[in-house]
Amino acid sequence: MSEPRIDYLLRLGDNALVLAQRLGEWIGHGPVLEEDIALANVGLDLLGQGRMWLSYAGELEGALSGHARTEDELAFLRDGGAFRNVQLVELPNGDFAVTMARQFYFDQAHLLLLRALAASVDPRVAEIAAKAAKEVAYHAERSADWVIRLGDGTAQSHARMQSAIDRLWPYTGELFAGDAVDAAIAAAGIGPDPATLRPAWLAAVDSVCAQATLARPTGEWMQGVQGRGGKQGVHTEHLGHLLAQMQFLQRAYPGAQW
Amino acid sequence: MYAQQVDTGLAKVQSNAEMDAAERAFQARIDADVKIEPTDWMPEAYRRTLIRQIQQHAHSEIVGMLPEGNWIGRAPSLKRKAILMAKVQDEGGHGLYLYAAAETLGVSRDKLVEDLHAGKAKYSSIFNYPTLTWADIGAIGWLVDGAAIMNQIPLCRCSYGPYARAMVRICKEESFHQRQGYDIMLSLARGTPEQKAMAQDALDRWWWPSLMMFGPPDADSVHSAQSAKWKIKLLSNDELRQRFVDQTVPQADYLGIAMPDADLRWNEARGHYDFGAIDWSEFHNVLKGNGPCNRERLAARVEAWEDGAWVREAAVAYAAKEVLRQKEAA
Repeated sequence: MSEPRIDYLLRLGDNALVLAQRLGEWIGHGPVLEEDIALANVGLDLLGQGRMWLSYAGELEGALSGHARTEDELAFLRDGGAFRNVQLVELPNGDFAVTMARQFYFDQAHLLLLRALAASVDPRVAEIAAKAAKEVAYHAERSADWVIRLGDGTAQSHARMQSAIDRLWPYTGELFAGDAVDAAIAAAGIGPDPATLRPAWLAAVDSVCAQATLARPTGEWMQGVQGRGGKQGVHTEHLGHLLAQMQFLQRAYPGAQW
Repeated sequence: MYAQQVDTGLAKVQSNAEMDAAERAFQARIDADVKIEPTDWMPEAYRRTLIRQIQQHAHSEIVGMLPEGNWIGRAPSLKRKAILMAKVQDEGGHGLYLYAAAETLGVSRDKLVEDLHAGKAKYSSIFNYPTLTWADIGAIGWLVDGAAIMNQIPLCRCSYGPYARAMVRICKEESFHQRQGYDIMLSLARGTPEQKAMAQDALDRWWWPSLMMFGPPDADSVHSAQSAKWKIKLLSNDELRQRFVDQTVPQADYLGIAMPDADLRWNEARGHYDFGAIDWSEFHNVLKGNGPCNRERLAARVEAWEDGAWVREAAVAYAAKEVLRQKEAA
């Protein structure tokens, strides 16, 4: 798969799909009924987006190689090393603070990325991104709101939220670390150089942390950068377990239609 | 159904002679099909019975999210995953409308949830059965939601306005849920021999518990008669059960799977299917807490509530700070 566009679409699709899978774990177990519903809602949006990106990746692959994979083949029949999501989205849910911190970091970057992709020279990418950006604007508002409420809530919630943003901070570097695929995509006008999104992201994170009375983490060590991250197929130990669950039926009953 | 044995607090049906003037006027309004609204006077027994009925229904929606949620992570296609997530989310929404309807009767959602967690409030027996395979998700949609609709469509005409209106909205979504369940069963029935066996196994396990959802036989239920008089129960348990059997048997035939009932046959004279005896000892045991998943279901709800306490406390603390800040700014 030498076409960078396919790799790039898989990154977009896998981020959305894997995070949707994580959010689905919360349904029925949220801290309050309204949150079960909201988490399901965000998960559903992401799942829908993931399906659009993966379907496009599969079609493009078919046009280039003659073998098109469906969204389901891509989701259920690839092993971990072929997944292209950033490590951040595959990390376990943890407590509600960890889930919201992960969502906040991701949503802020996701929104900036989608808004840039809405101007893509690839009309299909632009169309999917424009639709997704509307949904993600709401996700970003909601997760930022929770970071603020928990940060500036009780002493306990403040401590949990601070610990969550600290713990996940090293996984944010991968969101902005470009590689050869990103460079080719940027050169073709399909998508932005991810490094260009970081200043706006950092400004948003700073602003929300300030409102939340949280200290924005400053560590410089980042996981999954320098070409050894999820975007290149190098994952945490957690992805394998997530896929074992997600892919169980397709693996146990090969070729069956559901 | 979702509310299976609602205690009216009355030993027998009240006759008109036993009612006082206010109660007679109330009954006359019900008889004339005038909806009762939250600000209207109502007998205490009516209010309490409705609270019990609506809360059983609400709790069933919430506990019912668990057996289906069990398969969200393992749904076999992205489309099925999206549909299942949306369905379980709808159930959370139904729980919300129903808790809101119960609150119009002067009880708080927190109190209702507390009663559930303390084991004082019931929820439908059906959700104490395990979802062991993907076919169980099909069977729940087809049979459990099918049985729920059977009961809930008449409740759209029940005497209490907020409950009736909540039910209108819920029924629209439930009929979509049932169709998606049947669609899963159809795919399995048309699938590989293993998938077909999976569908048969799910029907074998869910059929009898689905029939129990309608509650005990009419002969054993004094409370149903009072609820019928108040028009918060419009058809009897046995009538609804028969309708369900009559509707569902041809659907199973179409799928090419067999009902696990040797006594099931069409009775030309009655114009209905006859069916075998229900094991009521199983039903009563599940209600008592002895079903295969009672402990897990309740424990999962309690755990979610307890683990989320700090989040709810933080939200309240933050809201209080915001009010203070707005006052200071003003």
